[in-house]
Amino acid sequence: MGKQWPEMTWQERREERFKKWLAPPGVKFPGVAIEKKYKERATRMIKAFKMEIPDRVPIHLAANSFVAYNAGYTLKDLLYDYSKIKPSWIKFLEEFDQDSADAPGFFAARVYEILDYKVNKWPGHGLPDSATLHNFIEKEYMNADEYDVFVKDPFDFGLRYFTPRTWGAFEPLADIPSFSSYQGLPERLMMMCQDPRFQKLFKAIWKASQENVKHQTVMGECAKESLDRGFPPLMGGIMLAPFDTVADMLRGTHGSVMDMYRQPDKLLDTLEIIAERSQESAVGMANMSRSPVVFVPMHKGADAFMSVKQFEKFYWPTFRKLLMGVINEGCVPMMVIDGSYNEARLKIISELPRSSVVWTMEKTDMALAKKILGNSACIAGNVTAAQLYTQTPEAIKKYVRYLIDTCAPGGGYILALGSGIDKCNPANLQAVVEAGKEYGVYK
Amino acid sequence: MSGDFVNLMADLKEEELLALTKKRLEAKEDPQKILDDNTKAMAIVGKRFAGGEYFLPELVFSGELLKQVMALVTPHLKQSSAKAKKIGKVVIGTVAGDIHDIGLNIVEFMLDVNGYDVTSLGVDVPVEKFVQAMKDTKSPVLGLSGFLTPAFDAMKETVEALEKAGLRKDIKIMIGGGQMDDEVRKYAKADAFGKDAMAAVSLANKWFGVK
Repeated sequence: MGKQWPEMTWQERREERFKKWLAPPGVKFPGVAIEKKYKERATRMIKAFKMEIPDRVPIHLAANSFVAYNAGYTLKDLLYDYSKIKPSWIKFLEEFDQDSADAPGFFAARVYEILDYKVNKWPGHGLPDSATLHNFIEKEYMNADEYDVFVKDPFDFGLRYFTPRTWGAFEPLADIPSFSSYQGLPERLMMMCQDPRFQKLFKAIWKASQENVKHQTVMGECAKESLDRGFPPLMGGIMLAPFDTVADMLRGTHGSVMDMYRQPDKLLDTLEIIAERSQESAVGMANMSRSPVVFVPMHKGADAFMSVKQFEKFYWPTFRKLLMGVINEGCVPMMVIDGSYNEARLKIISELPRSSVVWTMEKTDMALAKKILGNSACIAGNVTAAQLYTQTPEAIKKYVRYLIDTCAPGGGYILALGSGIDKCNPANLQAVVEAGKEYGVYK
Repeated sequence: MSGDFVNLMADLKEEELLALTKKRLEAKEDPQKILDDNTKAMAIVGKRFAGGEYFLPELVFSGELLKQVMALVTPHLKQSSAKAKKIGKVVIGTVAGDIHDIGLNIVEFMLDVNGYDVTSLGVDVPVEKFVQAMKDTKSPVLGLSGFLTPAFDAMKETVEALEKAGLRKDIKIMIGGGQMDDEVRKYAKADAFGKDAMAAVSLANKWFGVK
């Protein structure tokens, strides 16, 4: 019998997860050729993660709303009419031969409407019908004096503070006493059912769940379409750097900046707790999924936001702790760094265990990234949305060639976009794939 | 006292700055002098930002300090002294389909403290509203903000609408925000791309001929 999980090193745990990714339990491929293709693609990705030399540079396109426009629809069409999602997704899968593909990222607008979700605006709901991307509404969903509440019991904070503020239907939760006692729950729930405000909430949840199941069915079918074409799913889980959890979600940019000056210790203590919680949640997601990759969009540690000194104090220590926790469980954190990281920041992030993570760059200088991270981790990127929008396929191919010449030598590189895209010329996206195949072969 | 005040604000010392502000007001000092010191302090903040010593948190926090000082000073201002002479008018706004306002607000703040009369149209601003505002204000400078990719086309459409309305030749247009760069500037046919709030001030200074 082999080693048990607790005795394994992080590399051994990761190998276990890679095995599951390469041969996903319960998946029956439509044929040997497809299964072979799936394994080839996943192997290409795994080798890049481990900084080994694959047959060629893997290609990953995070397409977002592009999937809708590529099929002749708008984002609004796909958010409200689920029947249009699958044909759009199939068209995308068949046209763009990349090395991984998840289910598309369209949420169910009606579910959000039934529950009055307050943190997003989208076409048909607060944005013009022509809007090609949903927008996040940044606000102080946690007040400056509520750190203690959060630290004492994050679950209670989520239940009675955060949820009723971010979902209108859940507003009655703001008025209930804490649920933290170990007994009395059945009585409490019965009392709630007798309250007309909660009856309304339960009805809304029921109605939303009916709508949600329709959406989930379509998403499940899309995931199957990806597997049936031999595309390994990439995103096994998602998490944020603890500082981003506070600055994006809980306190907003303005609030988090005030806290950096007025109550830095409370902010730092809270980041520690968030790191622990986020690790649990991300690993939990990866356990339930086929892929070991944990996706991490990164926002407010970038060059344009904070100084390197602030990065070292507020951003990196708890993010590093979270990353180490997730790495130790055998998962592969795959970051996307919004904006750019300069030399000092790249040096700081280069000190993780070799080949344990993937850094996707948006605007970071890729030659600099290769120079500093080249011996530390796999890098990915960085065809930008602006290039895909404004340039010709020839120019895109030329840039991809530059990326491959710069980043691919020695392995540890994934050809990827710097961000999601919505409405660019499909020929430009095709040029990324073509150039990846043409120039990315390791000889 | 005035020198301390400027340094306290530029160094972002909240408690001491507010205590000193109150002290100066209690001593019946001319509030206009405090306003002048605000301007001096903000010039230092701007310089430190441009020099890479200060970042976005310092800009946001200095804005908060200024707001607090102004709240203390305003009741003491005589109406006549309240209006400082402005260099010129600038209109700014986040383009249609985009609701991001952090960058927009910082640009508004930096232009304002650097002597501009700023009209901010807010976020998700339809093309027609930009055209109308340029007609109404007769401002020669327009700043378009956008964070996400949909802003590329929204900016382009805004510039085209100004062309159609016959206003384009009299207006200098700058763009900025998350996904924007010089490629997008060319695509949208704007005049300049600015990478941060101080770049917006430099561009305005250039276009208004401020040395």
